[in-house]
Amino acid sequence: MATIVVEVMLKPEILDPQGQAVAAALPRLGFTFAKEVRQGKRFEISVDGTPTAEQLADIERAAQTLLSNPVIESFRVKVEG
Amino acid sequence: MALDTVTTAAAQPDLVQPWQELGLKEDEYARIKEILGRRPTSSELAMYSVMWSEHCSYKSSKVHLKQFGEKAPHSDALLVGIGENAGVVDIGQGYAVTFKIESHNHPSFIEPYQGAATGVGGIVRDILTMGARPIAIMDPLRFGPADAPDTRRVLPGIVAGVGGYGNCLGLPNIGGEVVFDASYAGNPLVNALCVGVMRHEDIKLATAHGTGNLVVLFGAKTGGDGIGGVSVLASETFASGKAAKRPAVQVGDPFAEKVLIECSLEIFAEDLVVGIQDLGGAGLSCATSELASAGSGGMSIQLEKVPLRDPSLSPEEILMSESQERMCAIIEPAKLARFMKICRKWEVTATVIGEVTEGKNLEITFNGELIVDVPPRTVAHDGPVYNRPIAKPAYFATLTPTALPKIESADEIKSELLALISSPNIADKSWVTDQYDRYVQGNSVLSQPEDSGMIRIDESTNLGVAISTDANARWSYLDPYNGAKLALLESCRNIATTGAKPLAVTNCLNFGSPEDPGVMWQFAETVRGLADICLEMGLPVTGGNVSFYNQTGTVAILPTPVIGTLGVIQDVTSRTRMGFPAADLMVMQIGNTSDNFSGSEWAHLHGQMGDSAPTPDVPAEMRLIDLLLEGQPLFESAHDLSDGGLAAALTEATLRNGIGATIALPAQFIPGGVAAGLFAETPGRVLITVHPANAEALSALASKYEIPLHQLGSTGGSDLMINEAAIPLEQLRKAHTETLPRLFG
Amino acid sequence: MRVGVVTFPGSLDDSSALRAIRVAGGIPVPLFHASDDLKEVQAVVLPGGFSYGDYLRCGAISRFAPIMSSIIIAAEHGFPVLGICNGFQILCESHLLPGALTRNQGLHFVCTDQPLIVENNSTPWTSGYTKGDRLVIPIKNGEGSFQASTETLAELESEGRIVLRYTESNPNGSKNDIAGITNARGNVVGVMPHPEQAIESLTGPSEDGLTFFTSILHSMVGR
Repeated sequence: MATIVVEVMLKPEILDPQGQAVAAALPRLGFTFAKEVRQGKRFEISVDGTPTAEQLADIERAAQTLLSNPVIESFRVKVEG
Repeated sequence: MALDTVTTAAAQPDLVQPWQELGLKEDEYARIKEILGRRPTSSELAMYSVMWSEHCSYKSSKVHLKQFGEKAPHSDALLVGIGENAGVVDIGQGYAVTFKIESHNHPSFIEPYQGAATGVGGIVRDILTMGARPIAIMDPLRFGPADAPDTRRVLPGIVAGVGGYGNCLGLPNIGGEVVFDASYAGNPLVNALCVGVMRHEDIKLATAHGTGNLVVLFGAKTGGDGIGGVSVLASETFASGKAAKRPAVQVGDPFAEKVLIECSLEIFAEDLVVGIQDLGGAGLSCATSELASAGSGGMSIQLEKVPLRDPSLSPEEILMSESQERMCAIIEPAKLARFMKICRKWEVTATVIGEVTEGKNLEITFNGELIVDVPPRTVAHDGPVYNRPIAKPAYFATLTPTALPKIESADEIKSELLALISSPNIADKSWVTDQYDRYVQGNSVLSQPEDSGMIRIDESTNLGVAISTDANARWSYLDPYNGAKLALLESCRNIATTGAKPLAVTNCLNFGSPEDPGVMWQFAETVRGLADICLEMGLPVTGGNVSFYNQTGTVAILPTPVIGTLGVIQDVTSRTRMGFPAADLMVMQIGNTSDNFSGSEWAHLHGQMGDSAPTPDVPAEMRLIDLLLEGQPLFESAHDLSDGGLAAALTEATLRNGIGATIALPAQFIPGGVAAGLFAETPGRVLITVHPANAEALSALASKYEIPLHQLGSTGGSDLMINEAAIPLEQLRKAHTETLPRLFG
Repeated sequence: MRVGVVTFPGSLDDSSALRAIRVAGGIPVPLFHASDDLKEVQAVVLPGGFSYGDYLRCGAISRFAPIMSSIIIAAEHGFPVLGICNGFQILCESHLLPGALTRNQGLHFVCTDQPLIVENNSTPWTSGYTKGDRLVIPIKNGEGSFQASTETLAELESEGRIVLRYTESNPNGSKNDIAGITNARGNVVGVMPHPEQAIESLTGPSEDGLTFFTSILHSMVGR
């Protein structure tokens, strides 16, 4: 069994208040090195066996139409395990 | 995996069982063996241990709570009383209203967001279970000091959880309380009230009768939520290597609950259920044993049929799981197809897991093996009853009267007033309430910060209900008997102030450990006070909830009986609001002020508690309610005087619409002087405005009801002017509204 | 005059929208997401709520409902559609309107009586207003911050497609204080504030929202 991972992030130009809140909290806990924080989403899609090229193309389309909103988000597909 | 069946239990009578880890006492375990005539199976042990817990069995409070039955006033309005999921009252025109308040204190301390969210979810399902459409929620919340680190941890999460769940369900949140006190540090109180409405003929009960009728579980799948302590069984009974540690925290899915509500209401509308019960604390154990014991007793359940979110759950865990958003219905076989069709429409999972049988026992099998065979009543209702020792606490010996500054000059008035109205308990709570949807459903006539929440029930007749929740824990600390009465009176006054007639009462009694005789004395006095005043005022108690063990070490929270009162208003368009609506109105105070500052916010601000709660004058309060209801057409505004006294009421009434007032408090006419006039919290008082033309009529009415009436001044201008002290409304607003955003961001 | 209101799983303000249509004098028609039948309505409202829990993104799943395929085709031919709050989010996800609605800047759900300015009264949903009218209508959302690319914003501004703008305060960090927009043709309007909760002073902060519903009825009569 493998896992197809789709990571969705807000595009850099879109305001990310959640990321900003984390960025503001880090120095309060003594973590002063972070220049910027962006918060995103991760989808794990389990499939039997190694995913085929066709399945990956399908996931790509699903990511474009459902899992992300291309107006504000970008995504990345990878296979784990 | 060795299944602990009824057969093995009989064959291995001496197996050592973890009854102690499950919170049972030795004699309780012995009693279970006596009931069954053998040792319990591990599943039975799990069921008894949870159902006989304090939370489910009310074992410490039962002996006191029975007063609500013994002293119950006769009431034509009561349709369903204590004992069902929630009481139901008749509000006329064929409508029935159900309402109830419950605590979710401990879970909210552990995981503030999910604890509060699932607290809302649970009370909403209780109301839905009665056959009602939930129409509003309220949430009285109590926290440690506003600037304490733990408060900063729990408050934002709890508020977001109440909002996150309630907003997504589409239930207007129309009121509640936010109170800070050191005793709640580490013991936040999250109480949630829900009110629902139905037609009389649609009332549903939690009962399973009719041999051959089906037991259907519908809603979310069952996972490992909230199993916590019961995992000790899994680890003892089952082969090692499997995940035995289960989360004690339940996670809420408000979308699933919203869909479950719509699905259930459609099922009710077609009259497809014989009985229904929601799954809350103790999950399936509670639902099946309560349904069966309220019916003829016999029920068989095939536990392997329960749809699981986590396939590794053991039978004990399935029985105990507190996974949210689930319901259990009893259905005639002929109606199953229609029931299933509605569930499919709403994409709700529904599964037949058993049936009502002829026998007297609840029999649960797992893959054909009998693992539970118990008389359901012994699980659901015949738990232990404790008459715990009570003793008046030692702290009474140390109480001292208040010694507070005299207030006279303009500067003193101004600085004390601004300090009070900016203190966390009196400050504006919009930071909290603006995170709740108060508009959804389009029937919210009044909501926070008005004296009571009010919901329109019928658009064609304008029939409505008002709800208010109140507690004054400091008065309960000083005098729990009268404190309970005062909380109920305030709640009723809030209802009547908005123009509704008090009809019925619910309560949520939050206390420390019942094993502490002092706490138990506070509890006993509280219940006695409540039962007495409900009888005196003719108000039925429709149900309630007890939360014990709210304490850190040996220090208990202030005794906090939260009283919820439901009122009826025939025409919601006539409701009275609290804000001054216009200039040139007469400002008047109904009721006299005394010089007792004990338990007041102003005394608290000065670090004092005082020594005695006010003594309630119940007949006078009842006449005041009549005066408020009869005088309603004369009032341009009305606002109950309670926390923060006249100072707080004037602040709220002027800021609501930005209309100032000029007030004269002649020191010589008030016992306790200007300080008492502004800051005392004497019960039985209401701040009103009237047109000068109506003053005489009001005066006559006040004489008729023998209630004192004092003219304080008039409305108008852009200042709140008290004697010589002029406070610009903008300064007042800044002081009143900036506190919570500054503390919580 | 038949105006439809779509109920998606998790819709919350559908009953209020139906009431608003009735109070305005129209015939309210409930529509269900799972059917593509528009039941001969002449305009449709996508109401507020948390369809599918807003778990993926607000409106992202509802956009694929059977009823939406009918609405999208009709809208492209000039059929009037009003999306309120979650409905606005669904319209953006459907690409009937540009931009997107993201998490409020303050990260809190915000319910407040919001002052607004009417910027465009040439849509069938706002024709009863005068440009520059000041309204007070409730907003109640957690993800109401309107975001779009600089080019899209410039296009919306230059074409006069901002319908409502926040005034006095911006409650959620929306670009250009945008509270509502329309498509190029003017038939599809999305607003974050809830006009259906401001149709009677008894239950709302004003009656300022009723004009959305009377406007559509008048617009349809004129056709």
